[in-house]
Amino acid sequence: MPISPEEVFETVNMTLNHHFDIRTATLGINLKDCVDRDLDWLVRQAQARIVEKGLLLNHCADGLVQKYGIPITNRRIAVTPVSLLLEPLPRQPITAVRFAKALDAAAHKANINFLGGFGAMVQKGTTAADENLIESIPEALAATERVCGFLNLASTAAGINMNAVVKVGHVIQSLAHQSENGIGCAKLAVFANVPEDNPFMAGAHHGIGEPDYSLNIGISGPGVVQSVVAQNPDCDLTQLSEIIKRTVFKITRAGELIGRELASLMKIDFGIVDISLAPTTSTGDSVADIVEAMGVGRIGSPGSTAALALLIDAVKKGGAMASGNVGGLSGTFIPISEDAGMIRAVRSGTLSLDKLEALTSVCSVGLDMFAVPGDTPPEVISAIIADELAIGVVNHKTTGVRIIPVPGAKPGGIIHFGGLLGSAPVMKVATKFVSTRFIQRRGRFPAPIQALRN
Amino acid sequence: MAEQKASRICIVTVTGQDRVGIVAKLAATMAQANANIVDINQKIMENYFVMTMAVDIGQAVLDMGQLKKKLDQVGRQMGLQIMIQDENLFKAMHRV
Repeated sequence: MPISPEEVFETVNMTLNHHFDIRTATLGINLKDCVDRDLDWLVRQAQARIVEKGLLLNHCADGLVQKYGIPITNRRIAVTPVSLLLEPLPRQPITAVRFAKALDAAAHKANINFLGGFGAMVQKGTTAADENLIESIPEALAATERVCGFLNLASTAAGINMNAVVKVGHVIQSLAHQSENGIGCAKLAVFANVPEDNPFMAGAHHGIGEPDYSLNIGISGPGVVQSVVAQNPDCDLTQLSEIIKRTVFKITRAGELIGRELASLMKIDFGIVDISLAPTTSTGDSVADIVEAMGVGRIGSPGSTAALALLIDAVKKGGAMASGNVGGLSGTFIPISEDAGMIRAVRSGTLSLDKLEALTSVCSVGLDMFAVPGDTPPEVISAIIADELAIGVVNHKTTGVRIIPVPGAKPGGIIHFGGLLGSAPVMKVATKFVSTRFIQRRGRFPAPIQALRN
Repeated sequence: MAEQKASRICIVTVTGQDRVGIVAKLAATMAQANANIVDINQKIMENYFVMTMAVDIGQAVLDMGQLKKKLDQVGRQMGLQIMIQDENLFKAMHRV
């Protein structure tokens, strides 16, 4: 059956008017075979590979943009967790910082806008090399532009590494004070149950179970979904779910087609399509707007958690029907600073940090891109992280935290980060009663029981 | 014997204000590129004038990038938005 004009128009309209794009094509690169006791050798090998494959990624992606008329907005690289690469090297933070700078230089040379993987898997315990990397994070991320860091601090199988959680509170505070408006913290995400094939920054890395190369695609269409929800103001929730599923099916198929072809052109394995709804600061590209189009007065008000849960479930069902390779995070991003509707809700007092935490219990990505006062104590940052990771660990899902303590900022102020990172209203953190004694107990938060699940 | 080039179908979409000469202009552009028009439709949808054209560029003398540049020129001259996209995108999105 030939393609009808209505079908053609629907697709064209998604791109022209509703911000549909391939949000990211992220190339995973294995660097394990570059490990050496000589840092210079490691740097040379890693840089050569990143530059060669990064340039190829850009070249092939440009060709497909021309062929299919759908923008591939970001081209990124994720590498093997860097702490593994540093294992045989001297345990001095300067070693890790030098390697971060080398990765940054390679990303610039290959015209890659972010490179992820400067991180470690420490959900159960930390090696000396992991400790060294974690200590280097403030300087490494403040001294580089494009390198992103991640730490997996918890998993359902291992529990939560509270020793690392305590340390990370201090690392985040230190990083915030080494960068303007704390913006360096936008490049660091900490996780429970981090996926090894997530194409989205800041958490992307090329997991140890991955092949030499892997191409992962992040599609995005909050504007497309918002548009179909708004066109159906009166249907019941079962019908609404069907409508969202059908739409997500279509955009996932586009992602799968372009991802497979891109991998084939680069002669590497195709990895996954991440079907996460990822907002941008552009008007009409907001997840909060979808929830509000569903009938919630403003995101954060009662009804928001249920609406978001229905939305994500429909997104997953539509995506899973469209592709056998759905993976990564595949939930919904609700970053405060990158979503105009989320900013509006915080500024109007509808959305608090507490409600944001509740929303993350039904969507994968966690507390994302939110600003807090710069004088928030490290123990409070650690406690916020522990709460969010506990949600992930107990519910067998990924959760993450990307918190930005803004030096000198007070609740109610607004901080402009610029570009993709948007602006963040500074959120109030309850610090009258702190949980320092709980956090300072340290140790390992035990893995949760897998039965008796009520 | 010269090998017959395979057909390659692209969909050209024109949106904007309806006016005299759109089809003529596009047909001339395709003829110059030796691209064969295999189907044309036009409709008013959501207040947009929409014309879709399926074109076989298998034998064309211009590649997709060059043809896109020509179409962009036509779009600018006539105040229209013109896109050209490989047909496989639409098949992937709209056919199970």
